[in-house]
Amino acid sequence: MPKDDGIGAATVRREDVRFLTGAGRYTDDIKTYGEAAAVFARSTVANGVIKSIDTSAAEGMPGVLAIFTGEDFTEVGGNPAGWLINSRDGTPMHEPKRPVLAHGKVRHVGDAYAAVIAETVEQAKNAVEAIEADIEELPAVVNMKDALSGTDYVHDEIGTNQCFDWGWIEDNREATDAAIKGAHHVTTLELVNNRLVPNAMEPRCSMAQYNRANDEYILHTTSQNPHLTRLLISAFVLGIPENKLTVIAPDVGGGFGSKIYHYGEEALVLAAAKKLNRPVKWTADRSESFLTDAHGRDHVTKIELAMDAEGNFLAFRTETYANVGAYLSNFATATPTFLHGTLMAGNYTVPNVYVNVKAVFTNTAPVDAYRGAGRPEATYSLERVIDKAAREIGMDPIALRRQNFIKPDQYPFASAAGLEYDSGNYDALMDRMEEVADVAGFAERRKASEAKGLLRGFGVNAYIEACGIAPSNLVGVLGSRVGLYDAATVRVNATGNLSVMVGAHSHGQGHETAFPQVVAEMLGIDASSIDIVHGDTSKIPFGMGTYGSRSLAVCGSAVVRATEKVINKAKKIAGHMLEASDSDIELKDGMFSVAGTDKSVSFGEVALKAYIPHNFPLEDIEPGLEETAFYDPANFTYPSGAYCCEVELDPETGKVRVDRMTAVDDFGNVINPMIVTGQVHGGLGQGIGQALLENTTYDENGQLLSASYMDYAMPRAEDLPFYTVDHSQGNPCTHNPLGVKGCGEAGAIGSPPTVVNAVIDAMQSGGKNVTHIDMPVSPHRVWSAMQNA
Amino acid sequence: MTKVTMTINGKSVEANVEGNTLLSSFLREDRRLTGTHIGCDTSQCGACLVHVNGRAVKSCTMFAAEADGAEVSTIEGQANADGTMNVIQQAFQEHHGLQCGFCTPGMVMTTAALLKDNPKPTEAEVRAYLEGNICRCTGYHNIVKAIMAASGQDISAIAAE
Repeated sequence: MPKDDGIGAATVRREDVRFLTGAGRYTDDIKTYGEAAAVFARSTVANGVIKSIDTSAAEGMPGVLAIFTGEDFTEVGGNPAGWLINSRDGTPMHEPKRPVLAHGKVRHVGDAYAAVIAETVEQAKNAVEAIEADIEELPAVVNMKDALSGTDYVHDEIGTNQCFDWGWIEDNREATDAAIKGAHHVTTLELVNNRLVPNAMEPRCSMAQYNRANDEYILHTTSQNPHLTRLLISAFVLGIPENKLTVIAPDVGGGFGSKIYHYGEEALVLAAAKKLNRPVKWTADRSESFLTDAHGRDHVTKIELAMDAEGNFLAFRTETYANVGAYLSNFATATPTFLHGTLMAGNYTVPNVYVNVKAVFTNTAPVDAYRGAGRPEATYSLERVIDKAAREIGMDPIALRRQNFIKPDQYPFASAAGLEYDSGNYDALMDRMEEVADVAGFAERRKASEAKGLLRGFGVNAYIEACGIAPSNLVGVLGSRVGLYDAATVRVNATGNLSVMVGAHSHGQGHETAFPQVVAEMLGIDASSIDIVHGDTSKIPFGMGTYGSRSLAVCGSAVVRATEKVINKAKKIAGHMLEASDSDIELKDGMFSVAGTDKSVSFGEVALKAYIPHNFPLEDIEPGLEETAFYDPANFTYPSGAYCCEVELDPETGKVRVDRMTAVDDFGNVINPMIVTGQVHGGLGQGIGQALLENTTYDENGQLLSASYMDYAMPRAEDLPFYTVDHSQGNPCTHNPLGVKGCGEAGAIGSPPTVVNAVIDAMQSGGKNVTHIDMPVSPHRVWSAMQNA
Repeated sequence: MTKVTMTINGKSVEANVEGNTLLSSFLREDRRLTGTHIGCDTSQCGACLVHVNGRAVKSCTMFAAEADGAEVSTIEGQANADGTMNVIQQAFQEHHGLQCGFCTPGMVMTTAALLKDNPKPTEAEVRAYLEGNICRCTGYHNIVKAIMAASGQDISAIAAE
């Protein structure tokens, strides 16, 4: 090795062929005999009491098969929050029931209160129009600070709109306060992390089948984690025994977090399929996606950075209001807390960190993890306030960061926010970034921009994130109600090819190509003889799916462990075949040989022998060659990076264009550099989108104003530049067998502060003393800030 | 119901359609050509893009009945006669111009329309032409790169991988 399709090879993706030829199989592409259509009646008001729902007219409409309302689900459970967070005073968070269909009250525009099942979508839509719902509109709770001071409640039975008031680490609060009080210089910044809609291009879709012969259900659904969805439906919502429910997530057209969660529509189609004894499908239209997919971000934060006279960081103190929307989505309580507060020491040796997060219910769609999930919010707050501090004390922003970086000899490093970083070298990343981005040439490029009448700004960012989200022990302490391991089964078939069943789900990440590269490298065989099986709970071991940049670090490690078990057993079989002790058997390039001899058998011969065990020593070796491993790591992985960007700003219009964007990341070892680079590109696109374009806007009545692609500014090709991406500075993760860190979210974490810092630098270079601007940095906001400066 | 006759990917097709059946629905539901995707309901995303009489059309903006007598091509008809992927499809694979694959059929069909009119587009022309196609996965870098490679241009100056 290295083989051309082993570890480190930029192998092109095998899954591409079906996507490029129209042969992909997404949930809505699956058509089942007798399939009926579900359409939901959704609230048009943000907060209201359901006085009555009259379905009698709708029931008589052509094609109508059944109508469900919240009354039909009062006897079943609710969709739970996956993490229990305790407030500073030790009381548990408020956890209102999230029913399959709204009952008693509707709590956001788009909240479903009824569903019609009909022969066709059109008939179901017509019948929904005929449902007479008497909903008394109440004042909407939209703004978070108003929500905490007012007397209108999203959940009347709770009597407050505050879900929790969390402190991290509460024991550090007094020391942090004291450090800030006694500091030479304190920089304060108040900022908004704008609310985003994930906008996977495939709208959510769920299709349920019921087989009354054996009381079994099959749910095809747009999910990043079919086993988690099955567990939630079985254990919490409908009570269908897990062994009677198969959940299949076939090709899924992007997730970015929004398809982690179980949604009520999945439960509804299951219930309807049983009642009607027919397959039932629901497919969201884009408006429903905007109104009901879990949104992301939506933090309002005040952050303070305390420094001594030399610019050494003494403390970060943060107060954040985090919108959780109308109901708690499955990860909603973890995102603003443990995926955010624990990262608030950044890449720095700062000794004091205290984070306070108040989670707030509002009459808006649920808010949950979206690409990066809490870590973009942490990085944005830190890296914006550091830039502001550098300007205030007259120091170069790169030099200030370098002065406070954790140094390579300090690992493992216990951060002041409670994590233990395993590896990294932030100065080396910064060095490499300055080199590949040609930072030295910025002054010349600025002159060239100015000659065109444009302002040019330079922005920088250093990030660290905790991903590969796992250690069950750690997340258990932090409030997770599930474990976060993953699983793989490596099945060697008799003819020598392999099926590898994995708990991770691939919806763009290229697992079908990258995972076989790992197994091929270990076994010394062609990757083309190895297939990945994923997304079907009836075929794969119980894994926790794909999110938090965990697939390779956690599930890939399970693949390694299972493959190691296969190798160990194969060596026993080869030893038997070669009449040698298995401890003398070596595996190289797909051949098992007796050390120091020319006696060998091929991997294929061993595989065949495993299934044709004539003359097998059955007391020592079982027939077959198939192994399963569950892998639960010792820690998160900690990717880090140094990013920079250059923007051109037109002072006449306020329009900002990203001209150069450079991302230098430490992902540890890299399995497929082409795929890793693509992951960073995608994150950069979403991060620049957040910084310049995207915003989710509710009016004071809780109406979503940005509910279509005409109103929500999705980044398009013209809005984005070519990127420079480098991952040459890898420091392997110290605790997983591949030495890999997660790469899926990095670009979305590192880029927003980089862009905004560059915009502020551009405005400053134009003589405007603007020290803060909120995202999205729209032309109107830039122009206004410059006029008012 | 209206009777329509059209050619889809070179095959003559006759069907009865409702007056309000969209071409996208007709292709997906009636013809089971599910490579044409529905990503939005405002003609903004381009996942449903097909060619009608050689022109790029968002099939969610057109009734099936309007395609009566037309030549329609979809992603399923793009491969070479021998079944191998065409130059555009190969370039998208070679340059990792797709991830989840949902926008991909529309991107490939848009590229085919672009290169027919403008065989050697500049980067700026490619980006401008993609105005009606949204991709959420790739940040467009590798899509633009793949399109320029498919047009036979030297792309070595564009960042590696």
